[in-house]
Amino acid sequence: MFSKTLHISTSPHIRQGMSTDMIMRHVVYAMMPLVIFAVVSFGINALLVIVTAVASSVLTEHALCRWSGKSSTVSDWSAVITGILLGLTLPPIFPLWMTFLGGIVSIAIGKFVFGGLGSNAFNPALVGRAFLQAAFPVAITTWHPSFLEGRFYSISKSVAAFPFSTPVVDGISGATPLTAFKFDKVTADTADLAFGFISGSTGETSAVLIILGGIYLAVRKMMNWRIPVAILTTVFVLSGILDLIDNQVYPSPQFMLFSGGLMLGAVFMATDMVGSPITPKGVVVYGAFIGLIVVVIRIWGGLPEGVMYAILLGNALTPHIDNLIRPRVYGTKKTKS
Amino acid sequence: MQKNGSKGEKNSTDTVLNLQSHTFRHGVHPPENKEETNKLPIRQFPFSPLIILPMQQHIGAPSRIIVKEGQEVVRGQLLAEANGYMSVPVHAPVSGKIRKIAKVPVISGQMTEGIYIETFHYSGQEVNEGIPISLDTATPEQILKGIQDAGIVGLGGAAFPTHVKLKIPEGKVCGHLIINGIECEPYLTTDHRVMLEQANDIFIGIRYLIKATGAKQVIIGIEGNKQDAADHLSKLIPADLPVTVQVVPVKYPQGAEKMLITSLLGKEVPSGGLPIDVNAVVVNVATTAEIGRLLPHGQGIQERVITITGPGVKKKGNYLIPVGTPLRYVLEQVGAAENISEVYMGGPMMGVAVSNLDISIVKGTSGIVVFGEDNIPKTEKIFPCIKCGACVDACPISLNPSKLGILAKSEGYDTMAEEFHLMDCFECGSCSFVCPSNIPLVQYFRLSKGIIRKRNAEKTAKANV
Repeated sequence: MFSKTLHISTSPHIRQGMSTDMIMRHVVYAMMPLVIFAVVSFGINALLVIVTAVASSVLTEHALCRWSGKSSTVSDWSAVITGILLGLTLPPIFPLWMTFLGGIVSIAIGKFVFGGLGSNAFNPALVGRAFLQAAFPVAITTWHPSFLEGRFYSISKSVAAFPFSTPVVDGISGATPLTAFKFDKVTADTADLAFGFISGSTGETSAVLIILGGIYLAVRKMMNWRIPVAILTTVFVLSGILDLIDNQVYPSPQFMLFSGGLMLGAVFMATDMVGSPITPKGVVVYGAFIGLIVVVIRIWGGLPEGVMYAILLGNALTPHIDNLIRPRVYGTKKTKS
Repeated sequence: MQKNGSKGEKNSTDTVLNLQSHTFRHGVHPPENKEETNKLPIRQFPFSPLIILPMQQHIGAPSRIIVKEGQEVVRGQLLAEANGYMSVPVHAPVSGKIRKIAKVPVISGQMTEGIYIETFHYSGQEVNEGIPISLDTATPEQILKGIQDAGIVGLGGAAFPTHVKLKIPEGKVCGHLIINGIECEPYLTTDHRVMLEQANDIFIGIRYLIKATGAKQVIIGIEGNKQDAADHLSKLIPADLPVTVQVVPVKYPQGAEKMLITSLLGKEVPSGGLPIDVNAVVVNVATTAEIGRLLPHGQGIQERVITITGPGVKKKGNYLIPVGTPLRYVLEQVGAAENISEVYMGGPMMGVAVSNLDISIVKGTSGIVVFGEDNIPKTEKIFPCIKCGACVDACPISLNPSKLGILAKSEGYDTMAEEFHLMDCFECGSCSFVCPSNIPLVQYFRLSKGIIRKRNAEKTAKANV
């Protein structure tokens, strides 16, 4: 009797049942409404940009794993997230060849050189975007109005630009609300900002859909809600103070919250688990820091938008936050630092 | 719910109870899986024709055998005596004949000194009376000696000699005696049944424990999923005993001494210290019942209550099983499926997987959980740590398992111990339980602790040369 070989494992013998690939998959689900809205508002061009970014990221991940003799880690879904995030942060008529290059840089420089998933210091998608911003400053600030006639079948000349050629800018261009404010001091209607009837990067325009995606993940405990809350609160409070000081010079706090890439960055990029601190207190400090930098760059910096740099700086600060903020260990007097 | 047996007579200086929260930081909520056995009364298990008794069933020195091969023994007879202070004796769990004295297999996979007994089939298995330890006249030292002589160890699973734990060091005072009826491990229901069925033994045991420790107040800590046991014990508290029953919210690992002290008293046991450093002594409820049952008769431990459960067994239940009963015999009796593929002793969070069915029940065995081939969880893929922080939110002593795991992989053992308090880890498994990347954190920590202890021992040895 009982002839089977016994299965041996060390305790604990049960698991909660959440897995890393499952978390990643749900992040992808949470971003799908943004992808759909991007296509609805910007048409086929946005779809091509996002698909290209995902394909490039996934292919790069697969190729690099093979090249280094490891089994492919594409199935953990993290490269898909990087690709979607990169696509969502690019202008809707961004040339595809540049997009493809961005995906390669995101995975290769942003993630692989650090040692792959879990070891990357920075959010890979933002590394890719920072590269694109440095390499192609004109293309990445060439905006396009949303909800144009014929957006579902006319492919922009810019999008289809031949690799390594300078894109031809189409006749129509539309400034983002942030650019308009920065250079012309024109503010947009808050409702338009919230629902996304504005110009901007493919996925950053609908604050409402971004928040819904964030709630979906937070409820499933797949995202640390403290991070977006800390970032948004900081931005709101700081810009609120500035607004009280002089509402002619400084934008309103609600404009600050709903414009540009802040929502997308706060909910989907700053929350990248790998690049954010590990303790509840640590993430609050991290979020507040990102919020501060966003306000500083947007108001006093030369650029209209500062979310990307703020998050990258936050990522850089993360190891130090984790080192300084450690919970007091049970039965010890003080936090040892 | 709180009931005070001492009728309002409270010692105001030393009763800072944790009235606000009745819980501890962090922790996890694994599925309880107790409903299949928590209604089933304790039943006597049949006597196995062969008993295999290891001499090391406790933490400390193995017991010293005093019987010979071929000798006939009666149930309850002393077979091996305590080998020093940090040791306990072993008594015959059955009447029978010593077949041989040889190495026996134990759960760690090693072979240790032990005794094989052939059980007498037609014996009534009566237990002989010993010399009673009188509650009225015995001194604390005599009670501690009586507890050692009875072979009593912590029945919650750790099997630490109870008399050692109860010895109050010079200059320390036991303010609170905590009776641990938490049983936070999923599946296990032995303490639950003991509280429902052996209240009388528990209260007699508490009387012995009060005398031995000089405790001013006794708190029986019970988790909210055993409200019936709490109500039952509250009703039966003898009027002259300073006993309180305290129900605390269900959370793993509340049964750990340190966590329970925090839940009940709101104090933290200092790092590297013992409960007595915060004037508390914690004793498992089944151990307490055993003391109350054995000491008045001067007998030794022969059997214990064990929950046998899991999808792989037909006759699940709480059984009173003689120590030394071979696991294979136990599984046959409870109708274990032919294709069983995982068995562990203890609960699923801290229990140890069995590699060999020829090992036997020991004093520290609180449960046997059996899985068939069909219901064994798939081996999950291990991903890199994504620093999600789930382990940080789970660790009851606020360690950073993520960081410790990364350090363990790079063999940074000294940093782990000195900077990240690894040695405070008591291996509850909460971090591994929640880890979405399925990193075997506890396994890393167990190995790292072993390596650090070995290194420290070597250092001390060198220093002494």
